[in-house]
Amino acid sequence: MQEFITILLDGLTYASYLFIVSVGLTIVFGVMKILNVAHGAFYTWGAYSAAWAITAASEMELPDWVGFPIIIIAAILIGLIIGTIVERGVLQFMHGQDEVLIVLATFGMFLMSESIIKLVFGVDPYFAYQPTTVLGGTSIIGVYRDFYSLSLLLVAGIVAFVCWWSLNRTKWGKLISTVIFDREASLAMGINVNMVYLVVFIIGTAFGALGGAYLAPTLSVAPGLGIEVIVLSFAVVVIGGMGSIPGAVIGALMVGIIRAIAVHKLPEIELFVIFGVMAIVLIIRPEGLFAPAKARTI
Amino acid sequence: MSTPALKVTDLHKSFSGITAAKNINVEAADGEIIGIIGANGAGKTVFVNMITGYLKPTAGKIEYHGKDITGIEPRDATHIGVCRSFQVSQVFMTMTVEENLLVALAIAHEGGAAMLRSPHHPELLAEAERLMEQFTILPHRHAVASTLSQGVRKLLDIAMAVVTDPKVLLLDEPTSGVSIEEKFGIMDIVISALKEKGTTVLFVEHDMEIVERYVDRVLAFYQGEIICDAPPAEALQDPKVIEFVIGHEPEAANA
Amino acid sequence: MIDILKESRTVRWVGLAAIILIIIGALVPTWVMNNVMFGMARGLAVLGLMVLWRTGLISFGHALYFGIGAYAVALADFGLGVSDLFLRLLFAIGASVVVGFLLGFILRRYRSIFFAMLSLAFSMVLYGILAKMESLGSTDGFSVTPPTILGMEFEDKYALFVAIIVICFVSACLVQFYLKSALGYLTTAIRDNEIRVEYLGYSVRRAIHIKYVISAALAGAAGGILASSLGQVDPDSMVNWTVSGELVFVTIMAGAGSVAAPFLGGVVFQFLQTFSLQYFPDYWQFFEGLTLLLIIFFLPGGIWSLIQKLWVREDKSPEAAE
Repeated sequence: MQEFITILLDGLTYASYLFIVSVGLTIVFGVMKILNVAHGAFYTWGAYSAAWAITAASEMELPDWVGFPIIIIAAILIGLIIGTIVERGVLQFMHGQDEVLIVLATFGMFLMSESIIKLVFGVDPYFAYQPTTVLGGTSIIGVYRDFYSLSLLLVAGIVAFVCWWSLNRTKWGKLISTVIFDREASLAMGINVNMVYLVVFIIGTAFGALGGAYLAPTLSVAPGLGIEVIVLSFAVVVIGGMGSIPGAVIGALMVGIIRAIAVHKLPEIELFVIFGVMAIVLIIRPEGLFAPAKARTI
Repeated sequence: MSTPALKVTDLHKSFSGITAAKNINVEAADGEIIGIIGANGAGKTVFVNMITGYLKPTAGKIEYHGKDITGIEPRDATHIGVCRSFQVSQVFMTMTVEENLLVALAIAHEGGAAMLRSPHHPELLAEAERLMEQFTILPHRHAVASTLSQGVRKLLDIAMAVVTDPKVLLLDEPTSGVSIEEKFGIMDIVISALKEKGTTVLFVEHDMEIVERYVDRVLAFYQGEIICDAPPAEALQDPKVIEFVIGHEPEAANA
Repeated sequence: MIDILKESRTVRWVGLAAIILIIIGALVPTWVMNNVMFGMARGLAVLGLMVLWRTGLISFGHALYFGIGAYAVALADFGLGVSDLFLRLLFAIGASVVVGFLLGFILRRYRSIFFAMLSLAFSMVLYGILAKMESLGSTDGFSVTPPTILGMEFEDKYALFVAIIVICFVSACLVQFYLKSALGYLTTAIRDNEIRVEYLGYSVRRAIHIKYVISAALAGAAGGILASSLGQVDPDSMVNWTVSGELVFVTIMAGAGSVAAPFLGGVVFQFLQTFSLQYFPDYWQFFEGLTLLLIIFFLPGGIWSLIQKLWVREDKSPEAAE
């Protein structure tokens, strides 16, 4: 029973983290049809910014709980600054180009970002553990978990809810849905599609950064962080459906739980199974399990 | 009476509830030139697409010289002898006119190990030259396809469609996108080339003058059905045709 | 076929380049020779990717065959004691062709981003297996004994260097011959207009399948070569998606204009990488990324298109019409 709880909690925690990181990727794809490899860079920037700021705050003798607002602020700032740079600086010039070329361009930006991170933050790892100590922990049926890890589930839930509510209940959400459905028609209707694209991209970036920032206190933030994440995010997004937020939830859950099971039972098959599922989904339903309805294009 | 080159019986096509074509019955003899007219959305292209395998009919039969070809793949339709040209010219944009034809000929006439030969060999070159001459595009032989005028590209498109020596050829709006000055020139070239081979030709056209000039017979479509099947003199006077077809395209005829 | 090759200008230039390389190899310091060797091996894999790229497809997971080739050689060496370079290559190519043939049935139905992602998924499946397999050394990999060439053992690596240059030259000629044939024209034909190819009567899927197997064989051979010359195999430097990314980068950077381009690109990349990692390791990725962006935006034909403009004279012969 304990093992079951452990696996369940691990799976859910990992799924939450994957969801927060991947939801930005899927949103950007859904609206702009861009599969953004540089998303891994946003995650890295979020992690590093938060880690650096938390460490600095701790050195300034600020209380540990300051880490939380730092994380949020870091995510928002990264979203605004880096998201804008990437979208306005490169992506806006690539609309209409071959999808694969756009992916390659984002890959180029990802590589550049990896270098810049090393320049800005150095190559030594950061251990910004402070926020994790603030909340303490608890025991669930004999399994100890710190609240920080459990709070990931809460954050994931909040992010999911915010996305759902924004898309379905707000004016902005309707605008975005219109643009997704038919870019040409939206332009004709007078919608500022470029602004929509920018806003959506900033939000996607911010979520990616949030994933990195929130996770930073739980690990050693060092170069190469984004590399593993980006491929896993791809798997999540492909499995769930590129452009679908419920899909990202399902994809994250599947990958998270598979990973948890593998880690505890059969570590050898972890990556093999995750990417095997990705391959199977691509073969059977290339759009993903929950792909949103596609607009008819002729 | 010999087996018609093309025989369509009770052809029917619907897309999730919407009927695009119904009760289509047509016979075409060897060498006949047939014009297909109708307003946009009347079912002309659906008809062409079904015969050439791009769409599968919901019901009905298509026969080619007595052989049932209903629902076959475009590839197989080509092998059997039923080919088509496209409304928007489908050529290999980064290759020259000559290369376009050489590649087309290589695909059509070679198979297996022969495909390991360069397409630039004498037999194929001779054949390509003959085609270029017939369709008067020889002066453009070394021009890259993307630089051609619409008219010349159309001719290339049609030349490529006859590379496999089809017995039945469907031309989808052969003069669309072509300037008024070039229209008749192109049709003259194309129809005379095809008449030489005795090919059965069905072509979709909006310009009634062209239809009048070149066809033996007219098929008029309206809302998915054929409302008239007669020689042009008769068909173009038919009140139904005037109301439902010609009446819809006062501008298109002079575009 | 020999006649065509004797007449081909490309083959003559590539042959000349090969001879020059062989001569230079004897004169330069070992580290230069080694880098050329590794660069040529990578170039061979990129040659495979180029065949696909000309068909309009890009694989984000070609390291799959790189790895299959490398590990096939390593296992043949370890398990069967195969030491001859060419025999090892047979294993590498054989394994790659088998896997490529099987996966080709699936991949040939997809295009663009789906083709790329599915290739990535397949390659990461292999990575996942190899990275966790204790018996194969997991992420540490294991070593490969130095190869013998036609039964002879050699003290230094020069003989291996020459053998590799020869192999690359032969491969380049074979691919050149292929690309100039009607089947080869199908690459650009399919990329330009799939529909037309189908309506001319040729199965596009079958054509793609064939080209996929060819590209797999080339990448597998490259992996086999690398395993033999490096003396070791491991998943992170041979199968991981970053390796696939590097191969794609070189493909784009080099351009698809000639069978010589991938090798030029491979060697240039190898030197740039070695140089950068030695003197400013933290900046290397920045230049990689920037170069990729610049090429995509300003020089889509790759470096080869630049060379074509500057050095290759205008030629109206059918051969020059790439």
